Amino acid sequence: MIRYIARRIGTSIVVLIGVSIFIFALLHAIYPSPAIDVLGSRANSTLIAAWNKQNGFDDPWIVQYLRYMGDLLRGNMGYSYKLNQSVASLLSEVWARSAWLSGASLVLAVLIAVPLGVYQAVRRNTFGDYAATTVAFSLYAMPVFLLGLILIQLFALDLHWFSFEGSQSTSLPSIIVDPHSMTLPIVTLTLLTVASFSRYMRSSAMDVLAQDYIKVARAKGLPERLVLLRHLLRNACLPMVTLIGLSIPALLAGNLITETLFNYKGLGLLFYTALQNVDYNVLLAYTMIGAVLTIIGNLVADIALTVADPRIRLA
Amino acid sequence: MSLTGAGSLPPLDITRAPEGGEVGPVQSGWRLALREFTRNRLAVTGTGILLFFVLFSFVGPVFYHGNYLTSNLLATNVPPGTGYPLGTNNQGYDELALLMKGGQAALEVGFFSAVIAIVIGALYGAIAGLAGGIVDAVLMRVVDVFLSIPFLFIVLIVAVKFGASVLSLSLLIGAFSWLVPARLVRGEVLTLRVRDFVAAARVAGASQARLITRHLLPNAFGVVIVNVTFQVADAILYIAALGFLGFGLQWPNQDWGDLLSNGITYLQDGYWWQIWPVGACIVLVVMACNLIGDAARDALDVRLRRR
Repeated sequence: MIRYIARRIGTSIVVLIGVSIFIFALLHAIYPSPAIDVLGSRANSTLIAAWNKQNGFDDPWIVQYLRYMGDLLRGNMGYSYKLNQSVASLLSEVWARSAWLSGASLVLAVLIAVPLGVYQAVRRNTFGDYAATTVAFSLYAMPVFLLGLILIQLFALDLHWFSFEGSQSTSLPSIIVDPHSMTLPIVTLTLLTVASFSRYMRSSAMDVLAQDYIKVARAKGLPERLVLLRHLLRNACLPMVTLIGLSIPALLAGNLITETLFNYKGLGLLFYTALQNVDYNVLLAYTMIGAVLTIIGNLVADIALTVADPRIRLA
Repeated sequence: MSLTGAGSLPPLDITRAPEGGEVGPVQSGWRLALREFTRNRLAVTGTGILLFFVLFSFVGPVFYHGNYLTSNLLATNVPPGTGYPLGTNNQGYDELALLMKGGQAALEVGFFSAVIAIVIGALYGAIAGLAGGIVDAVLMRVVDVFLSIPFLFIVLIVAVKFGASVLSLSLLIGAFSWLVPARLVRGEVLTLRVRDFVAAARVAGASQARLITRHLLPNAFGVVIVNVTFQVADAILYIAALGFLGFGLQWPNQDWGDLLSNGITYLQDGYWWQIWPVGACIVLVVMACNLIGDAARDALDVRLRRR
């Protein structure tokens, strides 16, 4: 087991290095140097070349890559020339708010999808199952922003129950206790995630229900509630562990669009602003962080599944 | 006198060839799958919806000549009514014509990117699966590396610089979508390469290339087809997201995401015709592709067939 975990971590580090090289090379190819942003758009090529030489942007990209990785490991993520702040300070201002949005919606999605999936499996092919499947299917086919739009139109503009903007506050505690403005963004992200989670939960629960030990439990006379809680739930949740780990990229993408739609100042909106300004360092830092989170998510999903499921035999 | 006593058999007439029985209809694997597919009502609905949108986007402009190229400031934000079946937007463009043009872009990009992804992915996966050993391990590590990159971020970053046309968007989305087909095809090839027909082909002298193109890929086709439909659905969602964020197609090309983001500025003014028709189009097309994909997967799964 320890050997498996060590091997997995080793593979993840190799993948991480490969990903970082690719991302850096790609961004470097698209956007070689921020000289024009610093010097102004009327700088001539001699000035640009001199600035590049002075700031190390004319070294071969491998050297620049190694220098960037060295800085990154010391916590220095570069400087944003468009926003005149170090990238690390920009990220530290907003990451907590994004973490709250994504974390709350993920937890809520799991809390809804697991019972829903079990219900759909137990009451298979009844009206409730078909209704839930139809809803999940339509949500699955909707882009994030369309779902958010529908919610805004219905609940914010027509019924005035919630605000059409995310919370504009800068302090995390006040955001957490602000359901008026945070409900719609969180619900948007949650519904998207629930759509796919509940489908997986449903099929996994159906597989477990067909097992012999469920029949034995029922034949023993165990009340249905205990059959579901003690036997079905534990075994059906195993694929969810993998699913949660693998849903990190989708969560990041959904986060980006939701924050842009609701004007919620988190990492996603920061990335969107950086895209419009072509703020190279912020883009690079954010993509690297996204890649790291994805890899960590996969790693945790693999290891958690190995720990949770004793049937998995490791080579 | 019959020793077996197994009923009376007609005397064997050796001057005539025995008659065969009734020959049933041809039951090839593909035809059976097609029959299963057409029995599934949701699949037929999905195919119908997709067909409707293909006709709407490509044949519609032949009959309906709305204005979507020149600004008409006298007719901005007109509600649906005479002359403008779906109203106009803030530049006087006819919404229905914009929907048709956007549909063309969505279907073109969706289809081309899926084809690119499948071609690259299938070849890559087949080569990796057939080669095995070190080559397979290295190729799959590369796939793992690319899979760890957050798709939307990379696509957005490249689209900022290169995203303005149908071709470049298709290439971009296809270039990052071939990973899943590669994995699927590799899995199929790993299952298929131990089969007898592959050994027979090898003995007959088939080269690796011929093995891949003539034997392995055609048999892995079922998985590939299912994946194509889901790729198309995903691609349409991605270009809608790109367009919504402002980095998709530029004028004179239109895409649905772009239309939607333009319409949102007027959400509080109540110009519903700029928002909900576009949204409905996106949802319907993606749902149709998902339905077709699900049904294709069920139809190709032999265990689910009803005889």
